[in-house]
Amino acid sequence: MIGAAGTTEGRGHSSGPVHGLLIGAALLFLGVFLVAPLLVVFVEAFRKGIGVYLQAVSDPIALAAVQLTLTVAFLVVPINLIFGLAAAWLIARFEFRGRGVLLSLLDLPFSVSPVISGMIFVLLFGAHGYLGHWVTRHDLKIIFALPGIVLATLFVTSPLVARELIPLLESQGTDEEEAALTLGARGWQTFLWVSLPKIRWGLLYGVILCNARAMGEFGAVSVVSGHIRGLTNTIPLHVEILYNEYQIAAAFAVASLLTMLAIGTLVAKSLVEWKAGRRLV
Amino acid sequence: MAEKRKRGTRVLPGFGLSMGVTLTYMGLVILIPLATILLRSATLSWSELWEALSAPRTLAAYRLSLTVALIAALINAVFGLLVAWVLERYTFPGRRLVDGLIDLPFALPTAVAGIVLTTFYAPNGWAGRLLEPLGIKVAYTPLGIAIALIFVGMPFVVRTVQPILRGLEPQIEGAAASLGAGPFETFVRVIFPEVLPALLTGTTLAFARGLGEYGSVIFIAGNMPLKTEITPLLIMIQLEQYNYAGAAAIALGFLVVSFSLLLAVNALSAWSARPRARA
Repeated sequence: MIGAAGTTEGRGHSSGPVHGLLIGAALLFLGVFLVAPLLVVFVEAFRKGIGVYLQAVSDPIALAAVQLTLTVAFLVVPINLIFGLAAAWLIARFEFRGRGVLLSLLDLPFSVSPVISGMIFVLLFGAHGYLGHWVTRHDLKIIFALPGIVLATLFVTSPLVARELIPLLESQGTDEEEAALTLGARGWQTFLWVSLPKIRWGLLYGVILCNARAMGEFGAVSVVSGHIRGLTNTIPLHVEILYNEYQIAAAFAVASLLTMLAIGTLVAKSLVEWKAGRRLV
Repeated sequence: MAEKRKRGTRVLPGFGLSMGVTLTYMGLVILIPLATILLRSATLSWSELWEALSAPRTLAAYRLSLTVALIAALINAVFGLLVAWVLERYTFPGRRLVDGLIDLPFALPTAVAGIVLTTFYAPNGWAGRLLEPLGIKVAYTPLGIAIALIFVGMPFVVRTVQPILRGLEPQIEGAAASLGAGPFETFVRVIFPEVLPALLTGTTLAFARGLGEYGSVIFIAGNMPLKTEITPLLIMIQLEQYNYAGAAAIALGFLVVSFSLLLAVNALSAWSARPRARA
């Protein structure tokens, strides 16, 4: 995982009561705050037996939520992949006026509350929104429908791919691209055959992160969805409804699907780090 | 345009295309939607805006969100530094597994974190059952909100501090020790100043995330107006009542705080990057 020899040197002088105490304190903190909650999901999900679990995850309304979540991710991830590639290429490869501002604006969605991220699309397309008349006149449905959920999810996940690629591109330099161009390759050939292979692992991880966030987004989607059962409920919203109806075992059963997605994302990160031979942060 | 592209020695392709795609997308999906907050708030007169912002319920929500997010961020600063230190400096069985788990709060959907923490800390839950006899109520109190925010903010501190600790050269500590500094003194006077900028950045990121957090909080918060109602929930309630202008005004006041923080983070990371030449 860590390539440099120096890091392993720095480690290893660990012995004695202070070190044990520090390790113990850190593990206790992580155990209480991370591991125990993770166990809660699966214990609660199977508390009423495997029958209730299977029933909860195969319920038609749950399946509709799964289908909607997959549809949203299927639409959002490719769009943000293209945007992330373009933004990272622009910011990491060129010097231009306003580059710093652009970099800050790129991060905006991270510093905005998910509720506000959803609200802005209600202000735009909602019944009393700025484009509300236009939307009803053309018989479109944006808020409380799929397009609104997709827009809110696009907003929330937009920095993820670019954020993963920018440090990677900046650390790589451009010698190989320049060599390819000097040898007569066209711009798009250089990008496709020289640049893209060099960033493929970072790109893959950015896509995995974007997908996890798109499938798990709650606050922003909650504002624009309208919570119409079987129609505009994503998996996280379905979990909320079940929980609020005191169907605790069913809520945790559906939540366990999202937890497995999260664990899968963490495993994928480790694999990508191992493949790429470097740390991703 | 050509003479501005100094980086990449101006032969690299795709400047126009990537600029076009980036600006179009950011304009349509990020900037124009965000501008609606300003536009909608501007439909209020000054007195109406002041009324929306100074309503007791708004002020209580602001105060709660700011204090709890700050407390959670400070707790994360202490334990995040400890966790980063232990992960970078010591070997113990399962270290890599623990290191991988740090990102769990990033990867776990917030709604799942919310119901899990509520169940865990409810009076009849695993931890709640132990704390209840001690007179400590967690679920449905500000303490519960703090716990949810510690959960979602923790990776920001650990992941910001870790690379700095990894980059510190062991020779410096060796030199401090050979000059007669004890381990504690070495940490306080040699290591901590190096780590401090990253620690500040990570803590600010955790604080900013905590301010806006919704999913993991609303289940455990209890959501009592004036007592345990966080600002994002108040905005949500205004929207559900079709009070768009009120929601936009509350959001605007809240964003002014968040964006000041973002600027602070950028200044901090610039400062922390300055002494070390590499990125």
